[in-house]
This record gives sequence, C-alpha cells and structure tokens, in this order.
Amino acid sequence: MDLGPFLLLASLEGLVQAAVLSLAALGLCLVFGVLRVVNVAHGEFYMLGAVIAWWISYALFSHPLSGFVAALIVAPVLVGGVALASERLVLRRIGHNPEATIVATIGMLYVIQQGVLILFGPDARSIEPPFYFRIDFPWFGYSGYKLSVILMALGLLSVLWYVISRTRLGLVMRATQLDREMAQAFGIPVDRVYGTVFAVGAMLAAVAAVLIAPIRQVHYLMGLDPLLMSFIVVIIGGLGSIRGTLFAALLIGMSDGIISMFFSPTLAKMVSTLLVALVLIFRPEGLFGRREP
Amino acid sequence: MSRTTNRQTDLKKRSTLKKFAAAAGVAVSAQINPAMIGYVQGSDRPIRVGMQLHRTGIGASYGRWYERAAVAAVDLINREGGINGRPVELVIEDDGTDPKRGAEVIEKFATQHQTDVAYGTLFSHVVIGSSPRAGELKLPYYVVSEGYHVASGSLNRYVFQPGITDVRSQVSSMAPWVASNLGKKITMIFPDYAFGHDHRDYFSSAIAAQGGEVLELIPIPPTESSFTRYFPKIPRETEVLYHVLVGPGVLTFVKEMGQYFGSGDRPQIFGFIDSLEAVDFSTPQLEFLEGTHFWEGYPRYAQPGQSEHDRFYRDKVGVDQNGASVNDPKDISTYSHMFGCWETLFIIKQAMEMSGYSGPADRPALIEATESLTEFPESRNHPQGRKIFNGRIHQCFGSQHISRVEGGRLDVVHTTSIEDGLYEPEADYTRMAL
Repeated sequence: MDLGPFLLLASLEGLVQAAVLSLAALGLCLVFGVLRVVNVAHGEFYMLGAVIAWWISYALFSHPLSGFVAALIVAPVLVGGVALASERLVLRRIGHNPEATIVATIGMLYVIQQGVLILFGPDARSIEPPFYFRIDFPWFGYSGYKLSVILMALGLLSVLWYVISRTRLGLVMRATQLDREMAQAFGIPVDRVYGTVFAVGAMLAAVAAVLIAPIRQVHYLMGLDPLLMSFIVVIIGGLGSIRGTLFAALLIGMSDGIISMFFSPTLAKMVSTLLVALVLIFRPEGLFGRREP
Repeated sequence: MSRTTNRQTDLKKRSTLKKFAAAAGVAVSAQINPAMIGYVQGSDRPIRVGMQLHRTGIGASYGRWYERAAVAAVDLINREGGINGRPVELVIEDDGTDPKRGAEVIEKFATQHQTDVAYGTLFSHVVIGSSPRAGELKLPYYVVSEGYHVASGSLNRYVFQPGITDVRSQVSSMAPWVASNLGKKITMIFPDYAFGHDHRDYFSSAIAAQGGEVLELIPIPPTESSFTRYFPKIPRETEVLYHVLVGPGVLTFVKEMGQYFGSGDRPQIFGFIDSLEAVDFSTPQLEFLEGTHFWEGYPRYAQPGQSEHDRFYRDKVGVDQNGASVNDPKDISTYSHMFGCWETLFIIKQAMEMSGYSGPADRPALIEATESLTEFPESRNHPQGRKIFNGRIHQCFGSQHISRVEGGRLDVVHTTSIEDGLYEPEADYTRMAL
C-alpha cells in the first residue's frame, strides 16, 4: 500500500482509538482529580458497560439500532448506580484514604470481574452495530460505524465540557477539586459530590464501552487493556487535568495507530509506556498538570 | 437477669449455627467429591481421569465443548462396563487457560484428587507450562492440543497426544493442495506464540518445498483486540492469505478482514477453522467468506456419505448436522478439535486394559502400553477417521480436510491421506527414564 492511503488508514484507526480512550481516561481523570482516588476498578466499569449493552441488545431489542440507543442510556445509568453504591459502601467507609482506596478498588476489580464471569459466562460475544455500511476507499474498505464512533465521542465530550464548565454541578466539582475544605466551608456537600463524581467517572467508562462494543467483542476480561491505556493517558496528561487528558488521549491514540501500522503494535505500546516513564522522570505532574506547591 | 438469658440464647444460637456450618461443610464436601469416599473403600474405586479444562479465560469456548465431548465419552465407557471392570470418573478442574494455573491443576490432580491420569487441555502455553510438573509427579498427561510441542521432543515421557494430529503434520499435508489450487505467494497471519510459531515454521518450509514462498509473516500478539492495523502489511502481490487465530478476538479479526478488503480485489483466503471455531457462519459481515477455504480437522457440517460413526458421535455429544448444539442452533461446536477429547479417552481405556492397569503403581506400564500402540482404525471410538500412532514421539497422525464456504456452510473439497502428513521423527521419548 502507498504511503498516503497507509497514513489515512493509520489515522482513522488512531482517531477511533483516541475517541474511545479520551472518554474512558476522562472518567479516571475526574475521579482522581476530585476524590484523589486511583480507581483500579475503572476498566471493570468499562467491561460492565459493554456487558450490559450486550444484554440489552440481545435480550430486549430485536433491532440493533433501538438496542444500541437503549444501551447508550441504560448501561451508563446502571454502571453509575453500581459505582455510587461501591463509593458509599466501600470508599467512603475508608475515608477515601489514597493507599486504602487502591487496595479497595483492586478488590472491586475482582468482585466485578468474577461476578460477570459467573452471570455472563466466559465466552466472547458480539453485538451487532446499530447500522452497518462500508466506506470503500480506492485502497481499502472501512466500517462506517467506526467513523461514527469518532463523531459520537466528540458529541459526548462536548456535553461533558459543557457540564463541567457551564453548569452548577461542574462548578461544585471544580471547587471541590481545588480545595476540599474551603468548598465544605462554603456549604458544598462534599460527600455527595464525591459520590456523584465517582459515578460519573464510571459512567464515562461505560459509555466508551457501549460505543466500542459493536466493533470489538464483549468478554469478561476486556477491562484490562483500557485500564492500562487510561492510566498511561492520565499520567502523561497530568493527573486531574481534563485538558491534559484530552491532549494525551489524542497523542497516545494517534501514535498507537500510526506506530502500530508502520512498525508494530508492540513497539507502539513500548513507546507509550516509555513516554510515561519520561514524563514521570522529567515532569512528574504531567504535561498539563499543576505542580504541587 | 434478662441480659444473662440473652447471652445464653446467643451462645445457644451460636453453637447451633456452628453445628449447621459443620454439617453443611460435610455435606458440601461429600457432594463435590463423593468419589473420595469410594477411594477409601479400596480396589473397586473408580478410575479417575483428571480433566484440565479451559472453563474460563481465553479458551473458554473450546473448554465448553471439550467438556461435553469428554462427558459423553465417559458416559459411554461406563455404560459399556468401564475400564478393567471399574467405572470411570471425570474430575474436572478449571485451568483458566493460564499456564501457571495449569501446573497447579496438575499438582492438584496428583496430590489432592489422586487421579490416575491427567487429560484434555488444548492451548499450547498451558500444555507447555503444565508438562514439566506432570513429568516430575510422574502423572501420565494426555493432551488434545494440536501443537508440535509433544512430537518435537521438548516435553517428557509422561506427555502424549494420541487423539489429534499435530500442526506440523496438518500444514505439511495441506501445503501441496494450497500451492497447486490457490497460489504460491503466501502471506501468513498467525498468533505470536508457540501454536502460531508451529504454523509459521512448518507451513513456510512445506510451501517452499512446493516451489512457493511466504512473502510476509504477520504475527499477532495474543491479547490483541483490534486487527485492522495489521492488514496493510499484506503485500499487494499476495496470492493466498493464510490466517489462523484463536481466542476471544477471532470474530472481530475475521469481520475486520472483510471490511478491509471491501468489495475490491482480494487474494485467495485460506484459513484454519480455529479462526472461526464456535462461531456461526451466518453471523452478519461474514458474507465475504463465501468461496474462501478452511482447514478442518473434522468437518463441522455433516458431509454427503456421512459415516455411521460420525452420526453416532454427533448424537452422543449432542451436535446436529450443522455442527451446532442440538439444544441451541446458535451454540456452535469446536468440531475440528473436540473429537480429540472423545478419541483420547478410548485410547486411555485401550492402554489401561492392555497393561492391566489397577492403580498409580502401574503408571509406568500404562506409559509403555500407550507407547506400544500403532494404529487406531476408524470406528465409533475414532469417528474422525483412521490414525496411526508413533510411540516414540507420542503423536498420532490422521487425515485433514480442506473445505470451501458455499452458501454459508463448509463443504469438503479435498481430504489428505495420512501419509501426506508424515515427517521424520526428531525425538524418541522411549529412551527417557520412567
């Protein structure tokens, strides 16, 4: 294949990756930014979103489009509910202590993963895309649904940006992130904000999974890869920085797409983890993070 | 006063609870393991076959069918008098398709369950991870794995593969047909671990012997979930795209391959059915496979002139004429592999009866008896077809099939002879100490 089409395909693959990654990583970033909790179970919320999407489209709807739309609404809500419950029952009881929450979320990872294994089974299952058409470029064909994933992710990111920067909920979240005690002194119900943000973080992972599920397959072990990639993105972007996370998701998604194609996917993973190491050494607060005083 | 009474009631409750718990514990352990009780009673204890099963992890769809085939075979053996007059009991442990867990399962069989043999696993990394432990514990280990690792001599005297032909033999026997019917310039897509490396090494040399060449090797890491990025590496002058993949991502792989080629020109496609084991051919987006070819170890769709043995085997395992479960037409079997589980159990039976096996002390005799086997004629016990067995390399050799996708089903277009797949043995396990 010539360089031009090759680059086009690599960029498309990179953009799809970046779109989904930015949603999942933003969830992780929000949770860390506001709660200071490193959520190791984040990938399992992603997996749970995909499993619920499969269940909805398989069991409740015969048409893939209606199943997809329902999944896009129901899956995040259910996953958010699970996250809210686990925040109330687990994280709050250990006072959101940074070390304890890491161990607690590792526990949640296993509980969710094994729970899904028991209920959903060990098989990989596929979801039909809500619509399927193939765009035939002169050099290769590409799934139209994949392109629409990029657009849908952009739409969802705009909504998220609006919520965070223009609404009261966003204001309260940002205030809690900046200074928890001061926010509390101003009458912000910090505990409730914590619960909400943890749920929203998980919902973002679930939405990302609903978008990707018709492209990939739903499997109880599918949460591990996005967890690793989200951590890479959040560390490079700067823990807690939304702008940084979006930038890093684009950077990692595109470099993953392009390096994987021109060289090898293993090299792409090596480059992104090397980038993490370099960032941690030379700019531990991340590319866009604020240095702690 | 009332406080004391309360405390007494509490204590009573607690001790009652304890008793309940103890009783429940006994009941549960008896339920899980009734044969432990039989074992204590002495010589009429059942023959215990420890089945290392991919019940979870990336091999789960194979595991589900391996279990059904094994359970059906054990059931048949028991109804016909068992082995040496003793019933056979299958003790199943999940290995999670994980080599570390696999080795632990072997230990469990040897020490806790005290099984007579271990049996059944598929994925090459689990076999390679478990074999050393089976050798150390001197536990005969009959695998249904396909990989060349048994025949290569890299394992040990306790590991056998008598029920399924190895990859080296499979690919060597089919290379001449591929070269003369599909093309000689090949690009290979294969999983980047032992099983895939067997394909890479032995198909490359077999096709070279036919005057063909492999233009490009495209290894895919085992945890990969997205595949489009690999397809641009397929050189334009490729005549045949050879693909083999296993794991939860296989359907995505095949769909993305269809998207990539679109409606434009594409090379001939020759795949191992592994890429679509347990997958329904009527799944949307698989239409492009029409006219492509697949290796099949044992044809999924019943063929014209179906043997009575195949009919019998399908009936016992619960597979319909299209290779799906009789209970659920969407539950597709791993037909090209699971027959190995069925056949291997009858080989264990044959070897145990030849050696007069009565307990773990007779394991060396069992090993020697298995090594002395030379041929398995096509029969109810060997429905896939006649096989010959080489006791020196612990490996059997059978016929392979090449099928073409026609109208959403697979029709056999070529069947190799056993001799097509024979190669010069590179090892001799019989020289190793028992």
